[in-house]
Amino acid sequence: MITVEDIQHVAKLARLSLTADESQRFTEQLSRIMDYFGELNQIDTTGVEPMSHPIPVVNVMRDDVVIGSLGREVLMENAPLKEGAFFKVPRIGE
Amino acid sequence: MTWEPVIGLEVHAQLKTKTKIFCGCPTEFGMAPNEQICPVCIGMPGVLPVLNKQAVEFGIRAGLALNCHIAEECHFDRKNYFYPDLPKGYQISQYEHPICENGYLQIGDNKIRITRAHLEEDAGKLVHAGAAGLHGSDYSLADYNRSSMPLLEIVSEPDIRSAEEAAQYLTELRGILRYIEVCDGNLEEGSFRCDANVSLRKLGTTEFGTRAEIKNMNSFQAVRNAIRSEIERQSDLLDRGERVVQETRLWNEGDRKTHPMRSKEHAHDYRYFPEPDLMPLAIGRDWVTAVEQTLPELPVQRRKRYMESNKLSAEDANTLTESKDLSDFFDCVLALGTPAIEAANWLKGPTQAYLKENTLEFTQTKLTAENLHALCAAVASGKLGSTAAKPLIVELLKDGGDVENLIQSRGLGQVSDQGAIRVLVEEVIARSASQLQEYQSGKVKLRQYFFGEVMKSAKGKANPAVINQTLDELLPAVES
Repeated sequence: MITVEDIQHVAKLARLSLTADESQRFTEQLSRIMDYFGELNQIDTTGVEPMSHPIPVVNVMRDDVVIGSLGREVLMENAPLKEGAFFKVPRIGE
Repeated sequence: MTWEPVIGLEVHAQLKTKTKIFCGCPTEFGMAPNEQICPVCIGMPGVLPVLNKQAVEFGIRAGLALNCHIAEECHFDRKNYFYPDLPKGYQISQYEHPICENGYLQIGDNKIRITRAHLEEDAGKLVHAGAAGLHGSDYSLADYNRSSMPLLEIVSEPDIRSAEEAAQYLTELRGILRYIEVCDGNLEEGSFRCDANVSLRKLGTTEFGTRAEIKNMNSFQAVRNAIRSEIERQSDLLDRGERVVQETRLWNEGDRKTHPMRSKEHAHDYRYFPEPDLMPLAIGRDWVTAVEQTLPELPVQRRKRYMESNKLSAEDANTLTESKDLSDFFDCVLALGTPAIEAANWLKGPTQAYLKENTLEFTQTKLTAENLHALCAAVASGKLGSTAAKPLIVELLKDGGDVENLIQSRGLGQVSDQGAIRVLVEEVIARSASQLQEYQSGKVKLRQYFFGEVMKSAKGKANPAVINQTLDELLPAVES
């Protein structure tokens, strides 16, 4: 069972602020999703290996070769705040 | 009450790849801020990570050297938390299925088990504006050069029982990672970082007490001091009947104490799930075998060889194998046929003193294997006295040069010429009538006076054996 408290806890971890209405709505929606997983859980999976990816492909790797940079200027263009060569972020402490 | 410390260590070792773990950015240390970043490691929308094969291979290599089982199959997971040093809002790590499991390190008589070692990406670095640190700052500055650097997190079981043993474990672990060339092991630059879980329990019991996690230790000495201080803090609490709180504490080098970390930001609710952007790994046994075949001799094997084949003491074998560079050098000296114990004596005493005094690494010296061989040979043949050899080894470390030439040009050659020494002994006896009389009447300790005077007139370069031999011959018999 998903409760409003669960939704508020997850929202806090994700730094989302929800209105009371939203909390209520998402509680109902997420409950339905969880119910669906409940249905899936009833399927007998004896002898089926758990999988971490739906596509049966393994070992996708690249060689250890340096790729040239786009340059700091370009990469920082979209930063909402910057100072010198740094990205600037709001205060962290409470 | 006697409390037994129970310590487990988590080490983050930065793997020595050329590029980051999931993108092609270089991994150099000390670059200007945000000079080695790309859309992948700063978490731009729509980018995809691609795993660096070399990082996986280094993981396998380290796992084998640490006696671990290398997983047949494993995958990456997302560890979710919100902090500005983590541009994606999650760290790609391995949770359920690490690449390495169930290893151990032998430390003295104790086997310290290694629970697991897993691959993950590093976070960026934050600079907090203003001198007050994190909590006084209005804002922070982020440098993502370190973001997505490849790490191997190596987690031990709580098998360590003292601060000293913790330091030994770390020294051995770092030594191995350096020998197999997967990590620089540089604590100051942060390529080898350690956190410690410390708890106490009543001696003789098996149940674990509440633990504190200690962070911010930047040297082996800091690890030793921090664990010692934490053991003391917890045992004071328990002695007073109080309880230890489970928390993260930071070591402070200033007051030499641990302090609770104030930030509550790192809520331990990471909601791990398999990383959908990366395909699983299936590590074939042929790959593992191929890596195994390239493993060099490890420190523990070298120590054993030095003790068994070269008859070195355990202490000397330890000193010589601490750094791979020094040990490789010693092997070169041995290959030239130099007697092991003599070579080891020069490499530990005078060489270590010189390195310490000048804060140098062995590779920064000018000493060559040929020179050390020549030096040992000169001392063995009596051409060079061991007193005169001491400044010479320092000179060879500092400037290098040719041993033969240096002995000649510095006039360091030892005089073994019996005729020349006989002249000196005769002179000393001739001008020491009263000492001679005392000697003769039974004050045999005065023999040292004669020896010393001869050596003095020879400016320290006479062969001691020849002096003694000549004294035997020329000093009168003692009256009994």
